Amino acid sequence: MSTLQVEIVSAEHEIYSGEANWVIAPAVMGEVGIYPRHTPLITHLKPGEVRVSAVEEGEELLFFVSGGMLEVQPHQVTVLSDTAMRGADLDEAKAEEAKRRAEQALSDRKADFDEARALAELAEAAAQLRMIQKLRKTGRG
Amino acid sequence: MSGEKEIRTKIASIRNTQKITKAMEMVAASKMRRAQDRMAATRPYATKIREVIGHLAHANVEYRHPFLESREEVRGVGFIVVSTDRGLCGGLNVNLFKNVLRAMHEWRQQQVPVRLCLFGAKGTAFFKRIGGIEVVAQTSHLGDAPRLEEVIGQVKIMLDDYVEGRIDRVYLAENEFVNTMTQRPNIATLLPTPPAELETLEHYWDYLYEPGAREVLDGLLMRYIESLVYRGVMENIACEMAARMVAMKSASDNAGDLIDELQLIYNKARQASITQEISEIVGGAAAV
Repeated sequence: MSTLQVEIVSAEHEIYSGEANWVIAPAVMGEVGIYPRHTPLITHLKPGEVRVSAVEEGEELLFFVSGGMLEVQPHQVTVLSDTAMRGADLDEAKAEEAKRRAEQALSDRKADFDEARALAELAEAAAQLRMIQKLRKTGRG
Repeated sequence: MSGEKEIRTKIASIRNTQKITKAMEMVAASKMRRAQDRMAATRPYATKIREVIGHLAHANVEYRHPFLESREEVRGVGFIVVSTDRGLCGGLNVNLFKNVLRAMHEWRQQQVPVRLCLFGAKGTAFFKRIGGIEVVAQTSHLGDAPRLEEVIGQVKIMLDDYVEGRIDRVYLAENEFVNTMTQRPNIATLLPTPPAELETLEHYWDYLYEPGAREVLDGLLMRYIESLVYRGVMENIACEMAARMVAMKSASDNAGDLIDELQLIYNKARQASITQEISEIVGGAAAV
């Protein structure tokens, strides 16, 4: 019997790569089981577990995915796993958060990035001080 | 000649500084290696997703996604600028900002408004100081191993602006890691995604789509852009560590030179005072 080349990857790192007899994945429209020579399929995944019958390990492997995409070709299965919980509302909340931070960063005077400016001012003051000292010295000499 | 004790304390203080810069150099070196590994780990995902999008772009011709379509008229431009949180990394940030300013200037001359999306405290401080540019999103203090989650919000703002037509180009500005000694500021086009960059299809077939081609393509492209930005953030961290390592190495070397110089002055001062003492004793003895 032929086998499937399975790859499970996330944006942060590769999770699994190897040969398998079959794969079961939690697609959005219901769980799908994939055997070799499956018709090309591409679908969203919902949070759940991906089960892989690994040839090399000789056992069933379990991987948890918090969503993602599944791509199936006759002898290849690719799971693009999300590392983060996704959803329109959640993404929206994250976007709001980033926006809020921008506003805060631009209005807040006490925030820590003002440190850079304070340092620049300090350097300027120090330079002026050196200049004054130099002038005094030459004035005296 | 200045006092011996003064020179001695000066040498001691420089030696302490040198210890610190040496330690920072070593920390940066080990962090750089880890950052490089993490950067490499993002590659399989990006490659895979690009392959799939390449297949889709060919298989599904009737639906043209806005991310793949180049718009002639440019009404606004978005820049995603990745900078570091901390300094002491040479000219890494400044070089990048210079390039960004130049690119922004070109657009502004054509009366095209520019929107910024910033990663890192240095970028925030810099663009705040300059002023007059709309900053729509900001994230800082991501640490050495940022998670994809922290990139999503930022990218979504830019993508939404793009879809709704407020901006027609999105650029990603970050430092490219060439090698330990060289980091090159790089401004790449994120949107529209040039189709030439996508893998070409060797065989023709169409997928079954669940729930539909549109949703699938939407989800894929969003993840693709996110993974590109995430990779940029990771690459910039590797650059930061490499730049810091080099900066700290030269600082340690300079401290060493300074210590050598001061040591010489110290020895001379010491010798001079001894000689003086002897001549005084000899002079005194002769007088008696």
